[in-house]
Amino acid sequence: MAAINSEVADFLAEAAEAPPITLRELFWRRFRRHKMALFGAVVLILLVVYSVGGSLFFTEAYANHTDTNLRLQPPSREHPCGTDTVGRDILARTIYGGQISLLIGITAMLVEVIVGIIVGAVSGFYGGLADSLLMRVTEALLIIPQIFLLLVMAKFFAGRIPNLTLLGREFSGSVVVIVLIIGLTSWMYLARIVRAEFLSLKEREFILAARATGTPNLQIIIEHILPNSIAPIVVSATLSIAAAITTEAYISFLGLGVQAPTATWGNMLEGAYNYVETAPWLWIFPGLLIVLVVLSINFVGDGLRDALDPRALAR
Amino acid sequence: MPVLLDVRNLTVEFETLEGTVHAVNGISYSIDEGGTLGIVGESGCGKSVNVLSVMRLIPQPPGKIAAGEVLYRGRDLLKLSEEEMEAVRGKEIAMVFQDPMTAFNPVLTIGRQITEGLRVHLGMDKAQANQRAVELLEMVGIPNAAQRLKDYPHQFSGGMRQRAMIAMALSCAPSLLIADEPTTALDVTIQAQIIDLAKELRDRLGMAIIWITHDLGVIAGMVERVIVMYSGFIVERAVVDDIYEHPLHPYTLALLRSIPRVDRSGGEKLATIAGMPPDLLRLPPGCPFAPRCAYVMERCLQENPSLEVVAEEHEIACWVDVRTGRAR
Repeated sequence: MAAINSEVADFLAEAAEAPPITLRELFWRRFRRHKMALFGAVVLILLVVYSVGGSLFFTEAYANHTDTNLRLQPPSREHPCGTDTVGRDILARTIYGGQISLLIGITAMLVEVIVGIIVGAVSGFYGGLADSLLMRVTEALLIIPQIFLLLVMAKFFAGRIPNLTLLGREFSGSVVVIVLIIGLTSWMYLARIVRAEFLSLKEREFILAARATGTPNLQIIIEHILPNSIAPIVVSATLSIAAAITTEAYISFLGLGVQAPTATWGNMLEGAYNYVETAPWLWIFPGLLIVLVVLSINFVGDGLRDALDPRALAR
Repeated sequence: MPVLLDVRNLTVEFETLEGTVHAVNGISYSIDEGGTLGIVGESGCGKSVNVLSVMRLIPQPPGKIAAGEVLYRGRDLLKLSEEEMEAVRGKEIAMVFQDPMTAFNPVLTIGRQITEGLRVHLGMDKAQANQRAVELLEMVGIPNAAQRLKDYPHQFSGGMRQRAMIAMALSCAPSLLIADEPTTALDVTIQAQIIDLAKELRDRLGMAIIWITHDLGVIAGMVERVIVMYSGFIVERAVVDDIYEHPLHPYTLALLRSIPRVDRSGGEKLATIAGMPPDLLRLPPGCPFAPRCAYVMERCLQENPSLEVVAEEHEIACWVDVRTGRAR
């Protein structure tokens, strides 16, 4: 009896000391219930492990090594995913290509998010002339078909940016070009979302309270309004990683994207259309990876949207 | 005591599609260092617009401070640059808002918000600011303060949030505290607690307080002087006891009659003021209260009376002497 009592006392003490539920715990609880999002997150992690961990087994030089004697080899023990039109190992190229594709997805998303937030925040917070000007520019960019903008910019910038070395690796200048043009042609929707959030949030009483405390405008924008609009930004940013990866794939497929020998999942498809039936391993493996990454990012995005939605039941 | 805040002929207008809304119409008042002033009036009479204009926090446009001076220790706040004004807000003049439910940012911790002024104005680092925030929360009577700094606003009850709001306003030891209906959104027992807290802090810290309310009962033991506002005008100004014992403006009189009292007999109906305040888009040429006034005369409908001294430290804007019911 005494033992039970002390057990109960322990439990009560523990419950009393347990910190109240934080926003982070609430978020994780909701995200966890979204099974497809969890599945997407796991696949995404596996893909990252595949393309980062794979470089322990193959060198980049091997991935870029051509041997015309071995061109268009079907999958074998030597080359598990076969070889491409100039005899490069496809497995090694999907590993290094994955690194570049994911890198392009993430950095293009960062460019998009930075431009989108700055334009949207200035527009929504200050209003007036700044708002009118920025929104007209945004609309102007929105009515030009993205593919047209992409191709013109890709053509214009091609070869103008030198190769750069980062973390001991050399990146083709064309990667930077792709990141910039994808980022700079896709921020408009995010800017509109951020503007709408700022327009409504700036009228809230806690913003008035912050101003009454003497908080400067920049600090109000960054520390008070932005954290309140983080949910739609995170969701939109996640989905735009997937969009950037597909965009890169189709520009590269058209031959205007990342230039060989640097591999991406997109430019591995370039030229594969001549061998759709005769050498399907050329497009199956990179194509499958693109589908997987885009699908899993979209699932994660959906999960984030549900988990971060303030209107969802707080459970 | 020297004058702390001297508002002269403050006029605030809002441009709307329908025309100009005359929210505050040339009001003048002052408050001494360490003094206390109550501003009373019903909703929409310009109380909040008045103090938000003093803080230069009304949205411009559509709002416009059309005329007047706001002298704070001799310096006209209306002429300061936005940066200079930021240095005044929160440090010299702090505000407590009506609804503690909406005046806290829901995604930032209470501690983060209380320490904001300390970091902005006093340049404290996080540790110093947190230390001070704990002292402030303890001062306003929040137990277990160090723990509660990490809480989010939704984890605080309404009364505790208003206490935290007061702690936040007091963080930089302002010389003037403006409380804009700080008890209106709270239930009655919590109201009483907040009022007691405010009185205690007033005596202990010696800062000047402007307390805005539409409830005359709230400010009885709180302030020394009262101004009564009606449709953007000051209609009566007096020492608080005179307002209760000898109100001289028909509006103040009607307001006092409309307070429910437990010592009155049960069957009696509560007195109300018939009609509505005038449309601030189209102010009548005469006294704005005339259409609802029990003492109205011919002159009231044509000329708007200005504030005049009628007794020691007692001013009213009225043509009528309510004691006799005839013209003064």
